[in-house]
Amino acid sequence: MSILFLISAVVAVFSTAMVITRHNAVHALIYMVISFIAASVMFYTLGAPYAAVLEIIVYAGAIMVFFVFVVMMLNMSVSPEDEKRATGIKSWIFPIILTLVLIADFVYAFIQGTPQTNMVKVIDAKRVGVSMFTTYLLMAELAGILLLVAIVGAYHLGRAPKRNIHRYLQNEQTQK
Amino acid sequence: MLSILRSIWITFTHAFRKRETRDYPEKAPFLPARYRARIILTRDPEGKERCVACNLCAVACPTDCISLQATEDETGRRYPEFFRINFSRCIFCGYCEDACPTNAIQLTPDFEMAEYYRKNLVYEKENLLISGPGKYHDYNFYKNAGIEIGGKKKGEGLNEEPPIDVRDLMN
Amino acid sequence: MAIGFIIVGVLLLVVTIAAANIYIERRLLSLWQDRRGPNRAGPFGFLQVPADMIKIFLKEDWIPPFADKAVFVLAPTIVMLSILFSFALVPFAPGFQVVDSNIALLFFLANSSLAVYSIVLSGWASNNKYAMIGAMRGTAQMISYEVFMGLSLMGVVMISGGTFSLREIVEAQRGMWNVVPQFVGFCIFMIAAVAESHRAPFDLPESEGELVAGFHTEYSGIKFGMFFVGEYLGITLISAMIVTLFFGGWLGPAFLPPFFWFMLKTFAFIAFIILLRAALPRPRYDQFLGVGWKILLPLTLLNVLITAGILLARG
Repeated sequence: MSILFLISAVVAVFSTAMVITRHNAVHALIYMVISFIAASVMFYTLGAPYAAVLEIIVYAGAIMVFFVFVVMMLNMSVSPEDEKRATGIKSWIFPIILTLVLIADFVYAFIQGTPQTNMVKVIDAKRVGVSMFTTYLLMAELAGILLLVAIVGAYHLGRAPKRNIHRYLQNEQTQK
Repeated sequence: MLSILRSIWITFTHAFRKRETRDYPEKAPFLPARYRARIILTRDPEGKERCVACNLCAVACPTDCISLQATEDETGRRYPEFFRINFSRCIFCGYCEDACPTNAIQLTPDFEMAEYYRKNLVYEKENLLISGPGKYHDYNFYKNAGIEIGGKKKGEGLNEEPPIDVRDLMN
Repeated sequence: MAIGFIIVGVLLLVVTIAAANIYIERRLLSLWQDRRGPNRAGPFGFLQVPADMIKIFLKEDWIPPFADKAVFVLAPTIVMLSILFSFALVPFAPGFQVVDSNIALLFFLANSSLAVYSIVLSGWASNNKYAMIGAMRGTAQMISYEVFMGLSLMGVVMISGGTFSLREIVEAQRGMWNVVPQFVGFCIFMIAAVAESHRAPFDLPESEGELVAGFHTEYSGIKFGMFFVGEYLGITLISAMIVTLFFGGWLGPAFLPPFFWFMLKTFAFIAFIILLRAALPRPRYDQFLGVGWKILLPLTLLNVLITAGILLARG
């Protein structure tokens, strides 16, 4: 593993830790963007430049901007009761179990010994495209349908409500 | 769409048009003789002050930037003891020139009077007074006025006949 | 060692051009507005830029007490960084290029999408309603125009033999410049790129008539200077990208060196972008986004489709 990979891994872990410890939502999101960029560098060092760039364009560049945007618009503030509830042991126990399972997975995988990761095989855009439209065609289509559903839903929610105008006022409206 | 391209093209052709900018310090702008700027006090053809300190200019001034005090010499000729114009307040409206009965106060086309310190814009009489008669070369107020001052007896003025004692007329 | 020289060379060149753009823009705007422009400092006003720089460096670097200080300081650096990173990929001349990557074009798009953060974060950190509105406009504008800025380049990628490397794209234009077969793509990229660098007429995030100065209302001194230079770096970058992708990069008749041809074309496009600013009024915000999604996006998809169809038919 290259030193670049290790550095970016440390950055990713650190910034992700910062994401969940920040009180200010926008600061947390900035750290999240940094963790995405670090993840993209990791992709690059693992020989997937196309995935690395898409990670930045799509996740860091587009989706996270909307997150930041929405958080800014909402202007949230945390009430003390919410904070109390969030710090109780009840709300922590389930995520801790999940995390322990994940850590056990990783430890097991490391003990088993991973296949040679030094053999970096560069996967370019063409191969991503080819595998997307042959091997994983069904997945791509399903994801596309999911996005279409989201678009239709967004259109439905964002549509201007139909205004019922009294018949006396209709003439006025048309004259305008 | 076409109008966008057209406006881009028209704007481009403006590169070859005459400049609107005036190159002021390099090329002095043309100012007509009656341009209203720096105020001066003139002298009559004999070289004496025209101003008779009548205060009409100070009254006419919309910004109250003129202040003066009248005094008389031993021959009875009135003149301002001090005459002060605060050019930081003056708007060069020219009302003082209109109001002046003796053509003493006049506006000239000299406008370059910028200063770094505001107090320097207060002009005293010695700064305002010029040695010549300004726009009206022959006019001499005391020659037209009937008043008797040193060097001029009654009846010696222009368009003036010697004084007549009315009570003698019927004798 | 050689790469170090090239990096320093590109950095110096680009920053010098960006600084010169300040002067060029002011002179050209005055030319098209029947004025004379800055001509006091030095011969023809050449020293105007150093004078402005000295002034902006010496100004008070003020951070509003109500601002989010860390983010406030971070925001202006992002715009500079993301644009300077993109310059690493621009092939100025054969051999005069920092990195020739096989994902260069995508890297350019990724960096331009990261530049949005500069606007969003500066608007939010200023804690000012005008800055916030500017940030909101900037985000919506840049995100929607980013979509088909990327798509409009896919035609170029296709006819250059499916490469994302800028050097290879330039080499592929030896026979014919890409602007001829990809004229629609060029027009759309031009519009999207001007929108992406939020230059007039698409300076909706700033729109000084409505929003004071938009997202950088609260900025002063050197931080404002970074936004300012970032904008000029931005127009230099998009001019360089247009030249590289559509106008044959460094290619040109042999009587001039390739680097000279590149610079000549780039400056022609910088001048054109300034002309757009001089000529066109700012569109209304909703109309602008509407045109983007309803006209330019379908047009771009159609362009990709037709280009792909022609390439397939030719085999």
